[in-house]
Amino acid sequence: MSDLLTTTSVGTHQVRLDGPDKVRGRAPYAYEHPLTDPLYLYPLQAEIARGRAAHIDASAAEAAEGVVYVLTADNAPELASTDDGELAILRSAEIGFRGQYLGAVIATTPEQARHAAELVDITYDQDDHDVELREDHPAAREPESGSGDVRTGDVDTALAEAAVSIDERYSTPMEHNNPMEPHTTVARWDGDSLTLWTSTQGVHPARSTLAPVLGVEQEKIRIISPHVGGGFGSKGLPHADMMLTALAAQAVPGRPVKYAVTRQQMFSITGYRAPTLQHIRLGARADGTLTAFAYDAISMSSQTKEFPEESTKPGRMMYAGDNRRLTQRVVPLDVPVPSWMRAPGEAPGMVGLEIAMDELAVAAGLDPIELRVRNDPTTDPDTGLPFNQRRLVDCLREGADRFGWEKRNPQPRTRQENGWFIGMGVASATYPAGRQPGSVARIRRTPEGFEVSIGAADLGTGTWTVLSQTAADALGVPIGQVDLRIGDTALPNATVAGGSTGLASWSTAIVSAAQELRSEHGADPAIGAEAQGEAEANPAAEKFALHSFGAHFAEVRIQPTTGEIRLDRMFGMFSAGQIVNPSTARSQLIGGMTMGVGMALHEKGELDPRFGHVVNHDLAEYHVPVNADITDIEADWLDEKDPHAGPLGARGVGEIGIVGAAAAIANAAFNATGVRVRDLPIFGDAFLPT
Amino acid sequence: MNPFDFERATDTAGAVASVADRPDAVFLAGGTNLVDHLKLGVAEPALVVDINRLDLTDIEELADGGLRIGAMVRNSDAAADPRIRRDYPMLSRALLSGASGQLRNAATMGGNLLQRTRCVYFQDTTTPCNKREPGSGCSAIGGYTRYHAILGASADCVATHPSDMAVALTALDAEVVVLGPTGERRIPVTELHRLPGDRPEQDTVLEHGELITALELPCARMGRSTYRKIRDRASYAFALVSVAARVDVDASGPAPIIRETSIALGGVAHKPWRARAAEAVLRGAEPTAETFLAAADAELEAAEPLEGNSFKIPMTRGAITTVLAELTGASEDLPETTTEDAHE
Repeated sequence: MSDLLTTTSVGTHQVRLDGPDKVRGRAPYAYEHPLTDPLYLYPLQAEIARGRAAHIDASAAEAAEGVVYVLTADNAPELASTDDGELAILRSAEIGFRGQYLGAVIATTPEQARHAAELVDITYDQDDHDVELREDHPAAREPESGSGDVRTGDVDTALAEAAVSIDERYSTPMEHNNPMEPHTTVARWDGDSLTLWTSTQGVHPARSTLAPVLGVEQEKIRIISPHVGGGFGSKGLPHADMMLTALAAQAVPGRPVKYAVTRQQMFSITGYRAPTLQHIRLGARADGTLTAFAYDAISMSSQTKEFPEESTKPGRMMYAGDNRRLTQRVVPLDVPVPSWMRAPGEAPGMVGLEIAMDELAVAAGLDPIELRVRNDPTTDPDTGLPFNQRRLVDCLREGADRFGWEKRNPQPRTRQENGWFIGMGVASATYPAGRQPGSVARIRRTPEGFEVSIGAADLGTGTWTVLSQTAADALGVPIGQVDLRIGDTALPNATVAGGSTGLASWSTAIVSAAQELRSEHGADPAIGAEAQGEAEANPAAEKFALHSFGAHFAEVRIQPTTGEIRLDRMFGMFSAGQIVNPSTARSQLIGGMTMGVGMALHEKGELDPRFGHVVNHDLAEYHVPVNADITDIEADWLDEKDPHAGPLGARGVGEIGIVGAAAAIANAAFNATGVRVRDLPIFGDAFLPT
Repeated sequence: MNPFDFERATDTAGAVASVADRPDAVFLAGGTNLVDHLKLGVAEPALVVDINRLDLTDIEELADGGLRIGAMVRNSDAAADPRIRRDYPMLSRALLSGASGQLRNAATMGGNLLQRTRCVYFQDTTTPCNKREPGSGCSAIGGYTRYHAILGASADCVATHPSDMAVALTALDAEVVVLGPTGERRIPVTELHRLPGDRPEQDTVLEHGELITALELPCARMGRSTYRKIRDRASYAFALVSVAARVDVDASGPAPIIRETSIALGGVAHKPWRARAAEAVLRGAEPTAETFLAAADAELEAAEPLEGNSFKIPMTRGAITTVLAELTGASEDLPETTTEDAHE
């Protein structure tokens, strides 16, 4: 147990420090940094899913007005490493997925670049492609970068002997992160030095990823990203767009090259949540306690680079049961490279598992909350370690009370108002409480107060604000004396804003730096005095299974004659340790829940198998919830501090809000209508007569 | 995206002359659809004639009690007009159910009528599409067809018309006033849009250079009316199915009788679909759940769903019967055919 910081600002409401600049347009996003004499890039993309770009004729484009350079595999600079298939672009004529970059046009205006890109004539040599994920796909294999299978006891016998059991298949579709600010990079080479103004969840991780591919010393690359217009994981690692801009800019040294990925391009370039197929079998005694737990999942991956969407991950630790088998497979296909999307693994995994638990509750004749309470393990079934603070049951009970769960009729299709069927559903939430080692903070005494520097990222999540609150308490000064600097590799190293680890990791570095400053320079350091502190790995991770928990409650209404399904209200109760800023934390949680509504009711990338690309690739056709879909959504949390999470006692809240949210809605839809939907999203079609 | 010439028209005849003179010229009104198409390469005009300064922004009462709406009236202004809200509520509702507030502020009445299909293959220049590139083939057939037609489609095109407003205008028997190089003509909205046949590139019967200058609504008729839109989310989504309906019930006799009705459907065809078969069943009939179902089924008898949109048949049936029940105050429920309810 580490010493918890004495808090004054932490735990209190604090308006976003970056808010006034943002609403006045004074907070520069990647595309907006004022730079002299910029050029603009528009990419060339493959229009087949597999084969070769046999010939690229760029002569018409090169002759077009304003065109400065056309980059293709024929003239692209050498790369020092091609290990990362996603970043090793323009190496050859080979095409691994539709939408793959084949080059770029640089011109004086964005319109000229876009026009000239259409003038490039590409001749294809097309091969058959395969983009269809199916359970019996012969290419299914264990992922190279996966967590491994789990086999304990005798699942088959336990299933056969179970008093109550379910055996069902669930699926989640391709989903696309779609942050409001598209992926954007401005690149400028000055001699052998590269500056990137970009939109990233981590300037240092982006730099350490790009440097070895470009063959440049890390110190020669500077990445600047003070404000990020949303990421949801898609800006967690550099994608090919950042590489393309960096490569293209080499042709025009000294001049900035700007590239904002279009919405349509985002569907093939900047990552997405891979679709999953989940086969879940649960066996239980008559009282609902689990005896058998079998979870076999497959996710789509790319031939270009493996990414396992491990939906089985939460199943490893969520519920008790002696006989267990969990297997995770991937099928590499001729598709774009999947990547992180908010709660990778947990978000789709807790769709299948939490609908399955609802089905088991029905089969056992138990209240779904009671079923979960009866299967709440005392130690982590995966590692055998005790939990840090497993308060799932508290979240379920408190949430049920606050939501009015007692009004739910367990018998489906019994509540009707004005022709609409109404139902309630519940699902659990969980997410690991990770903390990454390696972040460094530097604090310097200034005449006005303290300058606090760390290369952290604010994706609109509140980092500017909560790290200022943290520094204020660590230094024992009012927040007005803290001058925070983030989002620049010129600042000390910071780990990625991903996996809900940002706050715990960066705050540990800041608290450590404040302690160093005091021990080196006393309680009142002289102006100019400075100290650094580094976040160590969390020692508690060896002794405890560190997780956050939560419970979602949803009420939906369904019109049986038209099929319309609408969310009436939703409530999430979370256990996430100390909440540093109730305002920004609430936004994170209800934002995650809203994204869960999208998972449940709207989002689906329609991959046309004939062409190999997502055809509904814009925000008019790929639906996410709009304001009218989210009428009454609220989140709250247990008042607690986690003694094992770090000096703040805080676990991250970036992801847990989405985990389980979609299942709660699916379970509510069943309670409303008696129709069980196991394939997301839930469209109204499911409730119509055929 | 192609380079193009740009002209700003100052009078209607001049605008028409500018476009009529060049086969690759287009009018630019609110731009909410055309500008997207310019960027995507779906539209590649060589001349864009901006008509935003034309004096076509009035809403005037006509001598016969109808209403004339200038083609450049913005959708938001029309939806908020007190005369439209009072006398043509289905039109106001249809307008407000379309797009978003920002788009409605820019979109015009003439432009809304002429917006093009949202078929994803039409909007994607990397896939074949007969409407965008005649003779290249229809990618929607055998593809993603959630928003596609179940009525009146052809082997060359299964696209739908995306406008909500046009569905209401179709039910209202509105007319468009069109100025062309050879003069003015009037076209009923029911005849403005075409079915695809073997020429899906032609959305409407308008000739090149013809400009819609106004819409005219006939004198408001008796009865209750509404617009109901079924969509995948609560706002800012195109219709899966929509219904514009007006019903006038004569309640003076021993049993109520439907005196007159007009119904149009959206989201189901290449044009706003006037449901004349359904109207024929309803006219003179008693407003009951059985009548409504018979009316819906009469209209849907010709429906031919695609692989991905057979749900539209029960959805359209449900939308029609729900709207009719709401407008007539009749029960939506059919009489029970069985007394063996599920019991558990």
